[in-house]
Amino acid sequence: MNPSPSLKGRKVLLHDMCLRDGMHAKREQISVEQMVKVARGLDEAGVPLIQVTHGAGLGGNSLQHGFALHSNEEYLRAVSAVVERARISVLLIPGLGTMRELKSAYECGARSVHVATHCTEADTAPQHIAFARKLGMDTTGFLMMAHLNDPVGIAKQGKLMESYGAQTIYMTDSAGYMLPEDVRARVAALREVLDPQTEIGFHGHHNLGMGIANSIAAIEEGASRIDASVAGLGAGAGNTPLEVFAAVCERMGIETGVDLFKLMDLAEDVIVPMMEHMVRVDRESLTLGFAGVYSTFLLHAKRASARFGIPARDILVELGRRKMIGGQEDMIEDTAMTMAKERGLLKDVTA
Amino acid sequence: MQKVRCALIGSGNIGADLIYKVQRSPVLEPVWMVGIDPASEGLARAREMGLKTTAEGVDGLLPHVKADNIQIAFDATSAYVHAENSCKLNELGVMMIDLTPAAIGPLCVPPVNLREHADRVEMNVNMISCAGQATIPIVHAVSRTQSVDYAEIIASLSSKSVGPGTRANLDEFTYTTSDALCRVGGARRGKALAIINPAEPPMIMRNTIHCLTDEHPEQARIIDSVLSMIAEVQKYVPGYRLVNGPVFDDKKVSVFMEVAGLGDFLPRYAGNLDIMTAAATRTAEMFAEEILAGKIQLKSVKSAEAVQ
Repeated sequence: MNPSPSLKGRKVLLHDMCLRDGMHAKREQISVEQMVKVARGLDEAGVPLIQVTHGAGLGGNSLQHGFALHSNEEYLRAVSAVVERARISVLLIPGLGTMRELKSAYECGARSVHVATHCTEADTAPQHIAFARKLGMDTTGFLMMAHLNDPVGIAKQGKLMESYGAQTIYMTDSAGYMLPEDVRARVAALREVLDPQTEIGFHGHHNLGMGIANSIAAIEEGASRIDASVAGLGAGAGNTPLEVFAAVCERMGIETGVDLFKLMDLAEDVIVPMMEHMVRVDRESLTLGFAGVYSTFLLHAKRASARFGIPARDILVELGRRKMIGGQEDMIEDTAMTMAKERGLLKDVTA
Repeated sequence: MQKVRCALIGSGNIGADLIYKVQRSPVLEPVWMVGIDPASEGLARAREMGLKTTAEGVDGLLPHVKADNIQIAFDATSAYVHAENSCKLNELGVMMIDLTPAAIGPLCVPPVNLREHADRVEMNVNMISCAGQATIPIVHAVSRTQSVDYAEIIASLSSKSVGPGTRANLDEFTYTTSDALCRVGGARRGKALAIINPAEPPMIMRNTIHCLTDEHPEQARIIDSVLSMIAEVQKYVPGYRLVNGPVFDDKKVSVFMEVAGLGDFLPRYAGNLDIMTAAATRTAEMFAEEILAGKIQLKSVKSAEAVQ
């Protein structure tokens, strides 16, 4: 680890998540018109990469993850048609999304993909990473819930994804649990084992208010790609707020190529009015960050709470204790029902 | 008592677990295990358990089929290898139980359609996937009560119980299982999701089954149907357990299941392995009972027919 080197002149590629991670915060209900408006704004502000998909990515439309207003293809076609400079990316989680869906997304204009696995399960992604490369897409290996694997483990998993063809390895703080030293140790371990031309990325959540500090820590250790979302529109307390991060970068001399004032206007005039609830650190999203729980669980836990009468915080803490990971949203309802039975609020059908 | 003699192809986790289950059967006897690596632990274990082994793939078994009177073969290799194995063994009159996603033959979930397959003397039946075996009975339990527009299942598997073959071919798992929710489960549309969880101690296999019914669900009838189906599955997988539900939300019926294994080869958390091998063994037993009773006779199938 280096003692805080100057980052002046470092180039960082910003990747906006409003239209993918933000879908979680909007219960997948962003309209095509809203997507087009946001994408235009991002493109005009010089954001080079824009992710557009159902919150859970390709194949995400389901009872488990909610049904979006439109298919991924409809969103992708609409956004691809209006952006002039930005590239459009998608999320693909093997076990949920498939190569058929990736091909279809490519045909609708997607040119970059995060192929995401839990941070210990990289070997579920070789087919998808190889296929993305074959399509000629900018391909990242995206290690979710990275706090649940130590630096040596993350380095091994990243190396595996690189061996399948990933050009960038992302550390993803899905629970917004990590502190800057956790990020530094993992990025440094990755940098040590990856080929010099393989990039490193960081995707943060702001549940402990550390999105920006963590992203800077990642850059200090050699990360060159940062995921963020304008006004923080994303799961949990949101992603690293992109316009705030851009301002910090500008102060530090990190080059992102984006227009800060345009992003500030987009946040204030377009994104914040779209929010159904203020995406911020509150009792439940803070619980996610504190207990290390997948950020997307937030709204599901609130719904289960309303239905079964168990406080959302109790459900989230229990999910953390049971080590549930991204994709196990069904276990939220299940856990709430089990807790409701224990507390005498619900009777078993067989009882 | 006379038993039907079997070969087990594939010396990985599934093959290893099958030895225990087939050995325990009153009507089946495991005789051969087929692998491709002479140094494999699986083959060494099979020899210790009294099986004959070959490391030359299915070609190493073929010369012994007649002399050793092999009538049923379980294939736990891969979809790609299975097609060839099936042709070669069907030609010698050996019935195939396919535990790969190849699905050359009809899909089989014992409490739903095994009887039909045995009556038709199918020479190749496919066991779909672990998630399919764990969830399709429930989908069928709902769809036999009232029509199901859409079935969605989520299978959570412990990391330690998922072998390299499944990991490298997750899309095949997704396609095969989704398709079977309709073809065997009886839903009009189907979707399967798989999650691999590395928690320590390993989590027991969990499955959530959601069905969207066309008309408003008749709750009491659905509950009865689901509970009696669970009892049917418990006959061959004792650790198949209802955790929560059936719970109703408008037209959505949700059932939350857990599958604990018998702990034969992998520990009890690996219910996914168990439900697959137990269903395959149950399937073989049904055929074996009919063969031993003289009700059915396996016939050689020419390779052209076998791959149809």
